[in-house]
Amino acid sequence: MTDPKAVIALTVNGEPVEVAFAPHKTLLEVLREDLGLTGTKHGCELGECGTCAVLVDGKPVLSCLVLGLTCAGRQVRTVEGMVRDGQLHPLQAAFADLGAAQCGYCTPGFLLTAEALLATDPAPTRERIKEALAGNLCRCTGYLKIYEAVELAAARMRGEDAEPAPETLYGN
Amino acid sequence: MATDGRSGGQAVERSSAGEATAGPPVRPPAVIGKALRKVDAVAKVTGRTRFADDLSLPRMLYCRLLRSPHPHAEIARVDVSRALVADGVRAVITGRDLPIPFGILPVSQDEHALCPDRVRFVGDPVAAVAATSEEAATAALDLVAVDYRVLPAIASPAEAVATPEPRIHDYGDDGNLHKLIDLEFGTVDEGFAQADAVREDLFFFGGNTHLPMEQHAALAEWSPDGKLTIWSSTQTPHYLHRALAKVLELPPARIRVVATPNGGGFGGKSDPFNHEIVVAKLAMMTGRPVKITLTREEVFYCHRGRHPTLMWVRTGVKRDGAITAMHFKSLLDGGGYGSYGVASTYYTGALQTVTYQVPRYRFQGARAFTNKPPCGPKRGHGTPQPRFALEVQIDKLAEQLGLDPAEMRLRHLQPPNGVTANWLRIGSMGLGPCIERVVAGSDWKSRFRQLPEGRGLGLACSSYISGAGLPIYWNNMPHSGVQLKCDRGGGVTVFCGSTEIGQGSDSVLAYIVAEVLGLDPFDVTVVTADTDLTPVDLGSYSSRVTLMTGNAALQAAERAREVITAAVARKLQLPTPRIVFAAGRVFDTQAPDAGMSFAEAVQLAEAAGGTVGTVGSYTPPRSPGRYRGAGVGPSPAYSYSACVAEVTVDPATGIVAVPKVWIAHDIGRSINAAAVMGQVEGSIYMGLGEALMEEMVHRDHERRLVHKWPSLLEYKSPTTLEMCDVVTYLVEDPDPNGPFGAKEVGQGPLLPVMPAVANAVYDAVGVRVDEVPITPEKVLRALKRKAKGEDPRVGPAGFPDIRWPEPTRVPTPWEGGDGKALGQTTKSETTTAKVRPERQH
Repeated sequence: MTDPKAVIALTVNGEPVEVAFAPHKTLLEVLREDLGLTGTKHGCELGECGTCAVLVDGKPVLSCLVLGLTCAGRQVRTVEGMVRDGQLHPLQAAFADLGAAQCGYCTPGFLLTAEALLATDPAPTRERIKEALAGNLCRCTGYLKIYEAVELAAARMRGEDAEPAPETLYGN
Repeated sequence: MATDGRSGGQAVERSSAGEATAGPPVRPPAVIGKALRKVDAVAKVTGRTRFADDLSLPRMLYCRLLRSPHPHAEIARVDVSRALVADGVRAVITGRDLPIPFGILPVSQDEHALCPDRVRFVGDPVAAVAATSEEAATAALDLVAVDYRVLPAIASPAEAVATPEPRIHDYGDDGNLHKLIDLEFGTVDEGFAQADAVREDLFFFGGNTHLPMEQHAALAEWSPDGKLTIWSSTQTPHYLHRALAKVLELPPARIRVVATPNGGGFGGKSDPFNHEIVVAKLAMMTGRPVKITLTREEVFYCHRGRHPTLMWVRTGVKRDGAITAMHFKSLLDGGGYGSYGVASTYYTGALQTVTYQVPRYRFQGARAFTNKPPCGPKRGHGTPQPRFALEVQIDKLAEQLGLDPAEMRLRHLQPPNGVTANWLRIGSMGLGPCIERVVAGSDWKSRFRQLPEGRGLGLACSSYISGAGLPIYWNNMPHSGVQLKCDRGGGVTVFCGSTEIGQGSDSVLAYIVAEVLGLDPFDVTVVTADTDLTPVDLGSYSSRVTLMTGNAALQAAERAREVITAAVARKLQLPTPRIVFAAGRVFDTQAPDAGMSFAEAVQLAEAAGGTVGTVGSYTPPRSPGRYRGAGVGPSPAYSYSACVAEVTVDPATGIVAVPKVWIAHDIGRSINAAAVMGQVEGSIYMGLGEALMEEMVHRDHERRLVHKWPSLLEYKSPTTLEMCDVVTYLVEDPDPNGPFGAKEVGQGPLLPVMPAVANAVYDAVGVRVDEVPITPEKVLRALKRKAKGEDPRVGPAGFPDIRWPEPTRVPTPWEGGDGKALGQTTKSETTTAKVRPERQH
């Protein structure tokens, strides 16, 4: 508590910021407590659930396992940075359209992990999506709407005029 | 619904034909049934939803709880003096500061916010610290000295039966048995005598936990004017309101409970909890806001999850599979406190009768206290365990009788609009079409018993309540209330006490109001779960919200429509039945150009009769059951599900994989089809976890009863790699009691998954694992037994001898019964809860 605070400069959601915090804090704590970005959630504090996933230099990391200090000079992206010019990111829109967010607690972690996947693989197979998201737990959806939302968003990001399959929304 | 005088409207004009009952013109639904975004979807995908732990207030203190390291001990002494003077510490409290007990059920007020004199499980809280940082609060816990006198611990219900003394609690039906139930509907012995075959089977359902992604969190604020506000991730703000008023001895009018959106609940946030009362007390003592967020480990101690349940089932059948009698016994491992346990125990015996005809039925249920975290309601509350037993036993009976298990079920369905042996009134009943859909979809007839060794299909069915027929605190007030305000600008705000836990309850309110008033649901603002602002809704449990708040919202919206219709009809000089609300306008159904915007219509109504505000409320219909215990099981409507699971079993490892599930759910009517799909798929997922891997396990070394896996990594739950493909069929058989015919979906589709998987394992490799989870080691054990020519079964071997009470004998409807027990003379007690006079609250 009485430790001197560390001060680092980093880029968060495209904007440079300086932040002072107790040096033992994780990136998760720095984001939530010192930068007020509470969109990133904690689910276990132990790297087990993926709710705290954010992107550091474009790669998904579990922010509860990363010391804030190690993020000096790096690019951090959180769910708060996904809306651009007041418009939802295609992943956010697809998650909303399909009900891929139920309680919404795990959603930020899924969105960012999926965004990193689509950055490297714009047309992932269902198997590839499952692998990429295997570190994120969701207790509400059974994951199916999440896969379908990632596929829908990927198609839209490729410029296709994609709509959800009727059986996705209404059953068989 | 009928008009009432309170809405401020004038007498409603009648049609020229003078039909008093003529409603507004019928138009196709614009909102109901559509796959729309949820009203909170954008907040959730942008991270703007404020969960309890996302809240903070100036000068906020942080709370941590000191928890017992012993499963059972007396507290000899607690010394907080060193902690009180530690850096940053502002208050330390113990059980002496909160002496009044509480609990969710009136009959089980057996919890304390902090244990005053005894701890009953590892993790039971003893002291609490409020400090200026979470680190300081945590450090101060080490400075609280507690002297314990360790008591013998009880690890299992069998031990509880065998060890009546010393008692874990000084109340309960017999020794360490908390609750004992014995109900007989008709004479089962007569039925067994008429049977062509009688089977007895034993089953065990392991305990598991909700594991919501959000840990419980609460923030309390005390104002010097004597007002307490608490924000908490609770599914039941109304019951938390009651518990706080009781324990803190504050007038309810001075307490405001705000349920923040829950990051998953599944029943795990339905009790009033220690930590909620503790932060409230600490806020009152310090005059500063106090917050607590439980660690993941502590969430495992809060628990209230699925009761581990041992079951014995005796069923008699005719050659065609018709059931002649059923006798069902359950023994529940309750853990250290009552929680919902009395209701849970009744639920293990309540719904056996609602799927297939059971003409004579006996239920004996017992719940034991043990020194483990308390069990309570998890998705399906007390009914997945017996449903597992029943559906696996039917699979065995079908094989024994040489019948196809799907065909056997279809032949003997409980008919719609009937009353069961235990006096449950069934309305719509779509199980037949459900079975037909999954049988066709899975190609059951050509694949069951015909797949190669190691691959199998299994079928199971289920049913669940759409809300409980009686409230926890028996009274004559509605179960759900809605207030509705129409704004001059054309917006509508709905106020309701219901709690959004991810299931879409906020959206259901908006959709129903939008449908009735012809609006876009996103023009409807929903204010929920705030005891200062919203009328009482009992909470998000027992799958009650869509049906109950939906009906309350429907009534409020219809009343608003009447008020506005009257004003518009006067203005347009038309009879009221010609006024229609659609697409944001109010107009003449015969001349659509003659009309106005909804906003203008509200302005007319407001000019005519003042502020346009209406109310709606819902009380379930009275159940015909009048015997003691008849309060658990009745519901305004029952949902039905049928499920086929396909499995592969690796004989070398015993690993069961589920590649695909076909599920059909009788939803009555979808309010939002996509949201219904999400509930079905989420139920399959959670059922898969219960079937294959999820389990609360406690180390019994030297009676320490320490939770073995209080972490998300080691408590195994399905990831994307385990989740199966799901083919979903929604069967719509509207129920007259549901809003637009809707029934529940949040819990029912979970129930058939576990027995379907167990039946599929048998189809795949010919072994019966009569317990869940069906772990690889159990499958291997069964396969070894099979290889040795022994009974290819793994499961419980016996049921303890219990001193059951005299059975309550209740004649069935077809015996001419009146819903009462034999010898019952006094006015019936139709609830398990003690009837007590209601105070203001």
